[in-house]
Amino acid sequence: MLSEKAKKEIEAAMQKYPNKRSAVMDALRIAQQDGGGHLEKPDMEEIGRMLDMRLVEVNAAAAFYTMYKINKPIGKYHIQVCRNISCSLLGAEHLIKHMEKALNVKTGETTSDKKFTLSTVECLGSCGTAPMMQINDDFHENLTEQKIDELLRKLE
Amino acid sequence: MEKILLKNLDKPDAHKIENYIQYGGYKAFESALKLKPDNIIQMVKDSGLRGRGGAGFSTGLKWSFIPKDPTIAKYLCCNADEGEPGTFKDRGIIDNDPHLLIEGMAIACYAIGASNAYIYIRGEFAFGANRLDAAIKEAYAKGYLGKNIQGSGFNLNMYVHRGFGAYICGEETALLESIEGYRAQPRKKPPFPALAGLYGKPTVINNVETLSCIPAIIEKGPEWFSKIGPEKSPGPKIYCVSGHVKRPGLYELPMGTTARDLIYNHCGGMLTDKPLKAVIPGGVSAPMLTPKDLDTPLDFDSLAAKGSMLGSGAVVVMDESTCMVKTAYIVNRFFSHESCGKCTPCRDGTPWLTNVLRRIEHGEGKPGDVELLESLCTNIFGRTFCPLGDGAVMALRGALKNFREEFQYHIDHKRCMVSGR
Repeated sequence: MLSEKAKKEIEAAMQKYPNKRSAVMDALRIAQQDGGGHLEKPDMEEIGRMLDMRLVEVNAAAAFYTMYKINKPIGKYHIQVCRNISCSLLGAEHLIKHMEKALNVKTGETTSDKKFTLSTVECLGSCGTAPMMQINDDFHENLTEQKIDELLRKLE
Repeated sequence: MEKILLKNLDKPDAHKIENYIQYGGYKAFESALKLKPDNIIQMVKDSGLRGRGGAGFSTGLKWSFIPKDPTIAKYLCCNADEGEPGTFKDRGIIDNDPHLLIEGMAIACYAIGASNAYIYIRGEFAFGANRLDAAIKEAYAKGYLGKNIQGSGFNLNMYVHRGFGAYICGEETALLESIEGYRAQPRKKPPFPALAGLYGKPTVINNVETLSCIPAIIEKGPEWFSKIGPEKSPGPKIYCVSGHVKRPGLYELPMGTTARDLIYNHCGGMLTDKPLKAVIPGGVSAPMLTPKDLDTPLDFDSLAAKGSMLGSGAVVVMDESTCMVKTAYIVNRFFSHESCGKCTPCRDGTPWLTNVLRRIEHGEGKPGDVELLESLCTNIFGRTFCPLGDGAVMALRGALKNFREEFQYHIDHKRCMVSGR
């Protein structure tokens, strides 16, 4: 269920638009953050009640955009490594393999202690500082194996 | 060239409004408020500014299509859904100089009579979205947004709308669907957004870089602007250079700088002693150029004449160690991942291309696969609802035209012609 804080944030988001439905993307983002990184049916039902939308409509919006994780719990740190052209030219595949080895997971999986989820993503707009990855909201650029090892060590 | 768009990037804390004002910011908006809206539209037309999102349409002309009736609500949407692989210019402006964009948007809104504006920013740019939220708050506090701005009687509200992972939102009507809370699938045109856009109201959608040109046009005049770069697509251009060069990054240069000058002069040349093999001049949808085309000016018309396009100005440089089959596979996989699913040729065609490219890349290609790719391209190109499918085909056709023998080699020898593996 949504926290009071999340509900307040959703109500504030509704003020930006002339109708309620337009706030659905903000509401889903807020709910996802509130829920520790993923969305569940009760959250989406509640969003539907707040925005006068049917569950199927809320779900349709959520399912379309790749950053909403419906019923897909992720680790405390979501590591997303760019696999697109500019990063690939500078060794992204190599770094992805290195991370799989360092975390002992395959791409798409979460470590058994629920600390890390490793994913690949399409271009994140950081091509001049390739190769890059995003950990939760933060960009990490000009990556090397050594830099990745240091970063992973620092994450508690 | 004197920097116009990236001028504040190396100044300290330009994102804070008091610094932005100290660096000369918001003067253009103040002068604009003393002009008639129609005069501003004329100035933007006279400047020759063309949209920097990729299409290159005249910005002033786009603004002039908005009905003048003051009783109809109008909207401005800034397209900050920067997602074309290789592109990172809008993020440069948003993260470091958000008030430049806000000022450009405020002038645009005054010119077209919009009192509500949205910045559609891609979801992954959380830092940029927070920057914009903070900057908008500052602009309200200083009286550059809100009611009766600077005593002019003009009212303007500005909001950030965060995307959440969908390249298709860069297509302007998909972007509108997304703001309205629907799946971001493109709308049928006509009606064009200038007549029926956001919430069915007249709407202008402009790219971040386009809007960021506006303050300088007001301040220094359209004639000054029109004299930078080529006559038919004037102004400054931010080139985003990535790949195998010594100094990748953002380069603000006169429109029409050649690929050779950009790569070998500004970017310090190739990364290693391996020579250049190919350049993607305008984001991955743009067909690649080869070394013989290096003297092509990177502007809308010169690149179109070469069968490619300026697109977003993302220049991806590849040296001779690059396998073109792998490049084509990565680029095509992106398009099939991002296909919105609305129309069959794109929804079914792009993954089919990806499957064929994957098997060629992995040494499992079959005789006739190159011809199969070509036939799939024919069945996608020009038959899709929006340009996404066309982009996938243009990229692949560019690779096949210049490097067909590499694809055939992969199929015939079950290994890569470049790496030997």
